[in-house]
Amino acid sequence: MILSVQGVTKWFGEAPARTDALRNISFSVDHNEMLYIVGPSGSGKTTLLSVISGILRPNSGSVVVEGKDIWRLSADALADFRLHTLGFVFQDYHLFPRLTTLENIAVPLVLRRVPWEQGLEKARHVLEVVELADKAQLPPQRLSGGEQQRVAIARAIVSEPDLLVLDEPTASLDGDTGRRIVAFVRNHVLNERRAIIVVTHDDRIYEYASRIIHMEDGRIVDEPRPTA
Amino acid sequence: MSGVLKLALKLLLGDRGKFMTLVIGITFAVFLMMLMTSMFFGIIEHSAGNIINIGARMWVMDPDVQTPQNSIPMPNYVLDAVRSIPGVDYAVPLYVGAGLVRLHDGTYQPATVIGLDDATLFGRPELLDGHTLDIYGNNAFFVVRDANYAKLDSPKMGTTFEINDRRGVVAGIAHVSVGSLFGLPTLYTTYSRATQDLPSTRYEMSFILAQPKSAAAIPAIKRAVAQLGYLALTDQEFTTRNDRFYEFQTAMGTNILIMTLISFIVGLSIAGETFYMFVLDNLERFAALKAIGARSSELVAMIFYQSLVVSFLGFGFGVLLASALVAFGKLRIPNYAAMITFQNIFMALVMVLVISGVSAYIGIRRILRIDPFIVFRS
Repeated sequence: MILSVQGVTKWFGEAPARTDALRNISFSVDHNEMLYIVGPSGSGKTTLLSVISGILRPNSGSVVVEGKDIWRLSADALADFRLHTLGFVFQDYHLFPRLTTLENIAVPLVLRRVPWEQGLEKARHVLEVVELADKAQLPPQRLSGGEQQRVAIARAIVSEPDLLVLDEPTASLDGDTGRRIVAFVRNHVLNERRAIIVVTHDDRIYEYASRIIHMEDGRIVDEPRPTA
Repeated sequence: MSGVLKLALKLLLGDRGKFMTLVIGITFAVFLMMLMTSMFFGIIEHSAGNIINIGARMWVMDPDVQTPQNSIPMPNYVLDAVRSIPGVDYAVPLYVGAGLVRLHDGTYQPATVIGLDDATLFGRPELLDGHTLDIYGNNAFFVVRDANYAKLDSPKMGTTFEINDRRGVVAGIAHVSVGSLFGLPTLYTTYSRATQDLPSTRYEMSFILAQPKSAAAIPAIKRAVAQLGYLALTDQEFTTRNDRFYEFQTAMGTNILIMTLISFIVGLSIAGETFYMFVLDNLERFAALKAIGARSSELVAMIFYQSLVVSFLGFGFGVLLASALVAFGKLRIPNYAAMITFQNIFMALVMVLVISGVSAYIGIRRILRIDPFIVFRS
């Protein structure tokens, strides 16, 4: 098991205006598993993703990643945890427009203090994996939406994280491109040492999930069920 | 260079518009600060010209004298008294006054007249033409060839003129290291001729130039002179006294200080606001870096580095621009009193570092408050 979430609750504001975003959430994720967290807008998917990622502190409960309760870590240790254990693909990609595609991919390595040239070399290799080697020197805004998504994925996997987190990976893409991207992740990124969590409400990509958690009003309303 | 700093540099240089605005803003501020302070230092240096040109180790004067231009004459017995102070190697009188030179076209030109001790000619200028002993000739004067030389119709050796209705002859063309502040030509002659030809009060001696036997003797000389009711200062102390006079007892120092502060505020405003806009524009990127795993200290280092890069570039360009203008000014305007010193470069550097620090601080406050959670909101 790579991730164990136990009794996580998260609310915003104070009573009587309090909003319960997560209510007693518990689940786990195994290696080589691609878990989908699905549900309508406002169901708490993104909040859960932020809690799992060590970005948003829960009000109660624990998040254990690779045997480590991340919310017991100091701020710097939490930053190190995100850097060394997690890979993020944000919904809006959040690529750096002032950097080339290659440099964008090397950012997590730079933060890991990998020497610049060495980081670029590794980024070049990953760029080949996502089949964008010819776009290395272009700024990301010159790429199509699907290409930008692949750059974001390349940036997320360049430091070989144990847990990959994808937030609405198909939200900005057309149906075919979205499916191709998720299929690529499933076939090329998922492996025995890694798990992937995908937050989405795009049912066209459900077929690639190992398991799906359905959320509503901050609760898991549908027990994890295996898919085809 | 660390990868994080390289990343910071690329983010900064990538936004060319803001980068240029920042550099130009700081350049402009440094340029103005440098120009203001260099003018002030130039004026101060010119005002202390006589102290530098005469080159005496100690100056004895009336306690109310503030600058070498304005003396209060002392009686001759003070010279004897100073000469008799143990620790004084020698002491000579100096006359500093003004004469009215009548030019050949009938117009009058005021001139500074410096009367040197007849026996030693202590403090005499370097001669470009003529011989030192020629100063003892009848009605002889040395004329200083500086920015104000032309005001005496650029006299040649042997040229005669009238000074205070007496005949004067140019017996030498001299050079001094620092020109006059007030735009007057300078004439050197002997002490006796100066006091004889120029109208004066009952006492004639403007200053006494003293040479201590050793540096250790200086405090005792000062005490002994003070007992006489006069003031003895080393050349450095007299220069400082002169500087303080122009800084605090004329409007010059205050006005230049205000202009320097305004330049500083302009620089701070431009740099602070532009840098803050730069941070705001990149807020989501910094949040993404934070989410990916950048530590707060790394983000702070990035911001400081970016701020320092634009500040040092602006500082360099500003100093270069100010130096070029001062050099050009000195070439084209002979009287131009501006001087770039290590002091005003250092002052501008400190101010730039303050601008850099404040700009970075404004950005850092915003960066540290970013919630990386925003990267999950589309």
